[in-house]
Amino acid sequence: MNTKKLLELVKVVESHQIEEIEISRFGMRIRISKSGIQRESGKNGRAHMHEYIPQPPVTALPAPTAVPEPSDEDEIQLSENQIEVKSPIVGTFYRAPAPDAEPYTRVGDIVSLGQPLCIIEAMKIMNVIEAEHAGKLVRIIAENAHPVEYNQTLFVIEKS
Amino acid sequence: MIKKILIANRGEIALRIIRACKELNIATVAIYSVADTLSLHVRFADEAVCIGPAESGASYLKQSAIISAAEVTNADAIHPGYGFLAENADFALLCRDNEINFIGPKPEVIRMMGDKAQAKKTMRDAGVPVIPGSDDIVPDFKSVEKIAKEVGYPVLLKASAGGGGRGMRIVSDHSELEKAYMMAREEARSSFGNPNLYVEKVVENARHIEIQILGDNHGNVVHLGERECSIQRRHQKLIEESPSPAVDPELRRRIGETAVRAAKTVGYSSAGTVEFLLDQDNQFYFMEMNTRIQVEHPVTEMVTDVDLLKEQILLANDKKCSEWLQDFHLRGHAIECRINAEDPYKNFRPSPGKITSFHAPGGPGTRMDTHVYAGYQVPSHYDSLLGKLITHGKDREEAIVRMERALEETIFEGISTTIPFHRAILKNNAFRTGDFNTSFLNSFEF
Repeated sequence: MNTKKLLELVKVVESHQIEEIEISRFGMRIRISKSGIQRESGKNGRAHMHEYIPQPPVTALPAPTAVPEPSDEDEIQLSENQIEVKSPIVGTFYRAPAPDAEPYTRVGDIVSLGQPLCIIEAMKIMNVIEAEHAGKLVRIIAENAHPVEYNQTLFVIEKS
Repeated sequence: MIKKILIANRGEIALRIIRACKELNIATVAIYSVADTLSLHVRFADEAVCIGPAESGASYLKQSAIISAAEVTNADAIHPGYGFLAENADFALLCRDNEINFIGPKPEVIRMMGDKAQAKKTMRDAGVPVIPGSDDIVPDFKSVEKIAKEVGYPVLLKASAGGGGRGMRIVSDHSELEKAYMMAREEARSSFGNPNLYVEKVVENARHIEIQILGDNHGNVVHLGERECSIQRRHQKLIEESPSPAVDPELRRRIGETAVRAAKTVGYSSAGTVEFLLDQDNQFYFMEMNTRIQVEHPVTEMVTDVDLLKEQILLANDKKCSEWLQDFHLRGHAIECRINAEDPYKNFRPSPGKITSFHAPGGPGTRMDTHVYAGYQVPSHYDSLLGKLITHGKDREEAIVRMERALEETIFEGISTTIPFHRAILKNNAFRTGDFNTSFLNSFEF
């Protein structure tokens, strides 16, 4: 790859919401990442699932209004009394029982023990994930219609 | 064309599969339990999905989690490695039902060969010599008694759902038979979920000779010579080599042809191994067929220059067995030592923990297949294999000298390993002259 093409790629990464891009062909491999991204976090492999896929320019994600943080950080800052709801299985995370239905919960909702929080679809089965703690749903970490792996954080609940 | 393979395994074999995929320009997905978060195979794969907690039952053996991981990553094939779900016919079927290419033989073949008594019967009907014993599973104690009397003691009671050296019990004479029979059934039931047994005469002082086979999806099967695997401790292989000091070209041709015939009879495809026992009169008997890539595959790779993992993947892509494989040549001699995280001075007690320092050997004819590195925490949840050290030389003497040199160079600190045990075996005169059989380690003084 010549310098001109390389500079073009760098410009693309800088001007779009791309954190990192890697292009790999037989015998050639190029990785461009924005400074400040931790590659060798060594904490978990979760970040892997979103790497290596060149993203097209991304418009604003449908993020819940009360959550300013990006949704797949390695460490989630928890204050006292807050716990993470983690995925018990591998699958695709959905906030609502059907595409046009209301989401099970919204940020700020008070959830009770056993209340359905979301669905994780695995092998064509819709698994309803229920709250194991009562409290206030303060953050939604997982992204709707995105894959989640075992132990991945879905929500943060402030225990009551 | 397979574009993305999910590796349904861990440790050194996961790394081996990833290496073959990279050379074939196929994308890779690693799956891992939380205990393997920092494992090399996770870092080397293009994508990685955490599928469960440390316990294998909830992770590496959890079929739904693995299929789900393949779905979310759009993997079009799964390589099961060895162990775990590699010989699980239900899993192979599940892959097929989900339109995922299972890299291995057909579910029906896996199921047939997984039933050891049935497999033996099939082989016998195909004219493959089998060990004298029961024709099928023994329905009751009376039949066991009768067969044992016919073939003569000592006999071996084997679990039909067992294999890989597990679920076997030796009975030296008639007085032990009844108790052994009851215990063997109970053990089989609890280990494999199936109490059925079959009976075999013990072939004394036999050598374990296995043949590597490759089959395509068009009915062609070839063999790539034998591996000598008689150095076993409690039926687990420790040192393997190819060629076998006890096999000459004519015997190789005969055993090889038999293995190919056995494989063709059952419609075998992908990589596999047919295991035989070779007695002191040079008679060989079918023992079992392993419908997977084996731990000791590098030994065959080193003497044939065939990349067995790449061949397996290409065969799964519907490639035909290459013509030139029919005409393979064994070049030189290769030996493999399985290095385990066990303390040979303390009865092979497992030695999990952090590897504080690690230096891998190098130099000519030296190959180390391992997933460990300095700073790696060896988990206690899985098998103790740290890595495989393989050496190749122009003849057996050179391969042995190289192995001794390489073992000396291999440094592990922080955990105990079986390296001292391997070094002692290599010094042994019977080993060096090639004059040994499966009872070698029974009387080996360490």
